[in-house]
Amino acid sequence: MIISIASGKGGTGKTTVATNLAAALNGRAELLDCDVEEPNAHLFLHPVIAREETVAIPVPLVDESRCTLCKKCAAICRFNALAVVGRQVLIFPELCHGCGGCLLVCPEDAITETGREVGAVRLGRSGAVGFIDGRLRVGEAMSPPLIKRVRAAADPERITLIDAPPGTSCPVIAAMHGADFVVLVTEPTPFGLHDLKLAVEAVRLLGIPAGLVVNRADLGDDAVFRYAESEGLPLLLAIPFDRHIAEAYSRGQLIVDALPDWRQRFVELYQQIDTIVCRNTTTCANSSSSAAKAAPARPA
Amino acid sequence: MRELVIVSGKGGTGKTSLTAAFASLAKNSVLCDADVDAADLHLLMAPQVVQRADFMGGSKALINPDLCTGCGTCRTLCRFDAISERFAVDPIRCEGCGVCVDFCPAAAIDFPVQRCGEWFVSATRFGPMVHARLGIAEENSGKLVSLVRRQARQLAEEQGYDILITDGPPGIGCPVIAAIGGATALAVVVEPTVSGRHDLERVLDLAAHFRVPAMVCVNKYDLNLDMTEAIEAMATRRNAALLGRVPFDPVFTRAMVAGTTLFEFGETTPAHRCVRDIWDTLAASPAMNALGIVDLKAVPHLNKA
Repeated sequence: MIISIASGKGGTGKTTVATNLAAALNGRAELLDCDVEEPNAHLFLHPVIAREETVAIPVPLVDESRCTLCKKCAAICRFNALAVVGRQVLIFPELCHGCGGCLLVCPEDAITETGREVGAVRLGRSGAVGFIDGRLRVGEAMSPPLIKRVRAAADPERITLIDAPPGTSCPVIAAMHGADFVVLVTEPTPFGLHDLKLAVEAVRLLGIPAGLVVNRADLGDDAVFRYAESEGLPLLLAIPFDRHIAEAYSRGQLIVDALPDWRQRFVELYQQIDTIVCRNTTTCANSSSSAAKAAPARPA
Repeated sequence: MRELVIVSGKGGTGKTSLTAAFASLAKNSVLCDADVDAADLHLLMAPQVVQRADFMGGSKALINPDLCTGCGTCRTLCRFDAISERFAVDPIRCEGCGVCVDFCPAAAIDFPVQRCGEWFVSATRFGPMVHARLGIAEENSGKLVSLVRRQARQLAEEQGYDILITDGPPGIGCPVIAAIGGATALAVVVEPTVSGRHDLERVLDLAAHFRVPAMVCVNKYDLNLDMTEAIEAMATRRNAALLGRVPFDPVFTRAMVAGTTLFEFGETTPAHRCVRDIWDTLAASPAMNALGIVDLKAVPHLNKA
């Protein structure tokens, strides 16, 4: 089961929901921090990192002794990452998307590939909770290749919880694509509602079932709740504004540790998701024991 | 003409609420919403659109099934797994590199340019505003950010505005890089949390990387005073000037619900004074006045004092 936690608007509580859900599910879950521009989950889960791998994307390297300056490489590149100026091929690695078109088109086989570092993937664990995050190199613009690598490292035997970046463009899509369920976290304000609508459009475009968590549920107005009801978006959890929660968060503490009553509420959040996903599909991979009883049997 | 860009690293720290408040204090300014993914500034500005244009981004491959021979060349060459076994292109996975288009032996693949969004020039009660809406799940957000900033800058220069106030996106990736390059200065809005501190460090690194001076203000500072002090000390070590502190105050949410800026909302709290002081500090800062000459027109409150 892959659950992506997304929001549209930033700062609504994605990381709070993802990390507390991971802690509540304990060893059954693995958390993937796919907000690679600003990864924060490690600040709450305090993982022990076992391994760190640099992630590079392929960029061209021209062997000038073989190059005849035919300009075919520059012509095929849609990203303007190569240019022929005078007697030289200039390469702009930061513009390269790594499609390999220049290698294919070069009649002299003068182009090989080298790597451009986009960031690093870290793997570890926080107690029994599996932990993986990606960290984009500062100055690097392209996050989707790194997000894809974080996701490729996931353990398929566990419940995968993806902490997605804010927004609705390509990095968010990379963090939601192929998920079984998307938890949309919002706050009940005009900004929260506006960006929630965009996130709902994105989720529908991908055809993934979704539910709502409303954070700071008592600050703002009721428009988000009315919208959720009219759209048939199930309200899975409402977290009130509580100075204790806000202060615990500010110190890097999980809600389930600061206010232990919340552990059960996050377990119930998962059970609701599991029930919705099982209702929609015939296969219930990694479903919880309690929800599995109510769900159709897994095919052999 | 100078450009101030409001960024944060971490999302939801109050960028847009503060941008709107600054807009109501600034004299002779142009507004730009560079958070094209999840643009919210228009919710407070009620812009009257005077000009709109399509944003044409990159192209995406489209296989013509009548011409396709099913040879599989495109599937072999595509590095983004965007072509299905039945030779249909997944527009979400397609990177727009055009390799399949160029190498298809049957010339069966089209490469139409995509309309990725829309951008607008509008009139607001605080002056002109340039903003945009990126299509859902679209790429090229950086290109659209560059486009709206270029348009806003051009408008400000042509019509003699003194300052461009740009509401930036969260993060440190492609749209943020496009939002800060060549700006006069950045105002970084941070909250006093472990995430806020962590994300501030990365955004200050990014500012240094692109050589844009950054200044820092702590929003909701009273949620964790120790963290506020730690953040201010860190910012100072990194040569980021301190702009001030804003207390946690639900008046920001109430003003937002009413669709107004902080100063138009009929209620005065200690936060008002803090935001006004921050704006004065910003407008009078060395970073915004590179020649050392403070534009007194831009700092009316300093004048009164």
